[in-house]
Amino acid sequence: MAEIVLDEVTKRYPDGALAVDKISLDIADGEFVILVGPSGCGKSTTLNMIAGLEDISEGELRIGGKVVNNMAPKDRDIAMVFQSYALYPHMTVRENMAFALKLAKTPKEIIDQKVGEAARVLELEPHLDRKPANLSGGQRQRVAMGRAIVRDPAAFLMDEPLSNLDAKLRVQMRTQVSRLQKRLGTTTVYVTHDQTEAMTLGDRVAVMRNGLLQQVGTPQELYERPRNLFVAGFIGSPSMNFLPATIEDGKLRTRLADLPLTDQLRRTVGGATGRDVIIGIRPESFEDASLVTPENRPNGVTFHASIDVVESMGSDVFVYFTLEGKQDVSSAELDELARDSGMADVGASADQVVARLDAATQVREGDNAELWADTRKIHVFDPANGSNLSLATPDSAAAAGSLTDS
Amino acid sequence: MATTARQKVGWGTANTVAIFLALVPLLWIVSLSFKDPATITDATFWPKKWTWENYRGIFKTSEFTRALINSIGIALISTLIAVVLASMAAYAVARLSFPGKGLLIGMSLLIAMFPAISLVTPLFNIERTLHLFDTWPALIIPYVAFGLPLGIYTLSAFFREIPWELEKAAKMDGATPFQAFTRVIAPLAAPGMFTTAILVFIFCWNDFLFAISLTSTTNSRTVPAAIAFFTGSSQFTAPTGSIAAAAVVITIPIIVFVLFFQRRIVAGLTSGAVKG
Repeated sequence: MAEIVLDEVTKRYPDGALAVDKISLDIADGEFVILVGPSGCGKSTTLNMIAGLEDISEGELRIGGKVVNNMAPKDRDIAMVFQSYALYPHMTVRENMAFALKLAKTPKEIIDQKVGEAARVLELEPHLDRKPANLSGGQRQRVAMGRAIVRDPAAFLMDEPLSNLDAKLRVQMRTQVSRLQKRLGTTTVYVTHDQTEAMTLGDRVAVMRNGLLQQVGTPQELYERPRNLFVAGFIGSPSMNFLPATIEDGKLRTRLADLPLTDQLRRTVGGATGRDVIIGIRPESFEDASLVTPENRPNGVTFHASIDVVESMGSDVFVYFTLEGKQDVSSAELDELARDSGMADVGASADQVVARLDAATQVREGDNAELWADTRKIHVFDPANGSNLSLATPDSAAAAGSLTDS
Repeated sequence: MATTARQKVGWGTANTVAIFLALVPLLWIVSLSFKDPATITDATFWPKKWTWENYRGIFKTSEFTRALINSIGIALISTLIAVVLASMAAYAVARLSFPGKGLLIGMSLLIAMFPAISLVTPLFNIERTLHLFDTWPALIIPYVAFGLPLGIYTLSAFFREIPWELEKAAKMDGATPFQAFTRVIAPLAAPGMFTTAILVFIFCWNDFLFAISLTSTTNSRTVPAAIAFFTGSSQFTAPTGSIAAAAVVITIPIIVFVLFFQRRIVAGLTSGAVKG
């Protein structure tokens, strides 16, 4: 058991490429922290640096209070679960799990006892004498977990451990990983590109982009108070809708409607008139206007939109529509999000809006429906640097974040 | 794809012809080795009178047995050195990026392509100057040199197929780099090393050119070269029967190898060819 502290940890490759840029992160003892971001954001490199599989160019890494920058992986007392599981194909399940203990010259009785215990927890007992090649994907994944837990390490590192499983099994294993971590109470750093996994598993989630840490916080905090455009677009499924807007005459002029400026916005943008901004609104913040209670109505605005597509999920209905306007939103962060989600590949237009409506809605494809949007939940972003203008200053946001952590 | 009867007959004929062409010389040598010296030239394919005389004859003198020992010793030592060196080089080629990697691969390919005959004269002079001529190292050195490219190509293809994450996992499990190699990577690469060893051994075992040029006495003369020095019972009789018997004796280990390890050899050759 140990806490892991990253203090301005940086990874620079010999060719000058900067993979990880001054990441500072305090991971408390027993905490489950997720590193999430699109591919190439440096999350795996960060994990490999914690593991000791890659050198740290600058900064300091402490595990359990000890600086481990120059320590070999075997001396760091951490176990890792790999995306490919990396089971030793020539060893049985039992030998795979016992390998680390054998290398550490643990007495045989203790090895047997620990392997037996891990096998029981992971329901691998009937498979102990089989080779990995004869196991199913889910079983292999459990062996990989077993190999990590038999060692009672100070910390677990997991590199996309569920991404090789099919969708259904992934959801089951997700719960199992979560239960296992709670039970063992071992500090865990988990890397994934899947925001659902990040949101459901983590005590805290660290969102990365281009080697930079964007925001660290509880899943709820990232969802409700994203610090910038990237975090806002990355967290949440379906993702947040972004629309261009202008601040004019003390109002926020959007394609939905003209909105009054909140006090917070008034403070951050001042009296600047004609300033372009990007507004973000989550699909969940929309509702079919006919289903909104009269007392709730004043909290939002109603508008008309012609519905392109209706997808009924049973519990909810997703509707897609486009709001006519003179220009699309564009920013480097949104471009990257589009690339990551594959939006750029399918050629979906950026100004398409998704709304998540109650299942009771009568909206049909082709309708010019009246929708309601909750204006309390609209975020306003600065197109230049992506920062969230509707939030309090970063300092007070961080303070609020640390309050919710404890 | 359905094969018609016509196709079956066509392929069957082609295969029979190919096997016939390959087997006739071999059967002929076997037949010759069992013929009585007096009937060697009787122009029949099968011996009229079967005899072990030729085999007894070649094992009677030390000329052949000594050559057999040389052959086995030189081929085994060369194979061992070549495989150990090649596995290290191949591991580096497959796993590391270092300056001059392309050059190393290019050079080893160049050596493999080099016509051996053009090296015989310089090697002869060098080895005479260094007093290596007609010793075991005289043959081991060129054999290792020519076995290495073969080994590096075959083995690097095998190493490349072993996922790198296994090594990382071993490191995380507390293995030193040496332990990771001996307990995880080497056992997985064992089929590859084995294949390489067989291929290199066959190359050393069959070589005639270096054996005839760089040896002069029974000190280091290997069987293929020694056979050329066989003499008949008198000055005017050709030692045909003895040569045939010796040829059969040295072919047997190769046939046994190939029969037992057919699959491995083919896998090794193709993996080297396609992915090397």
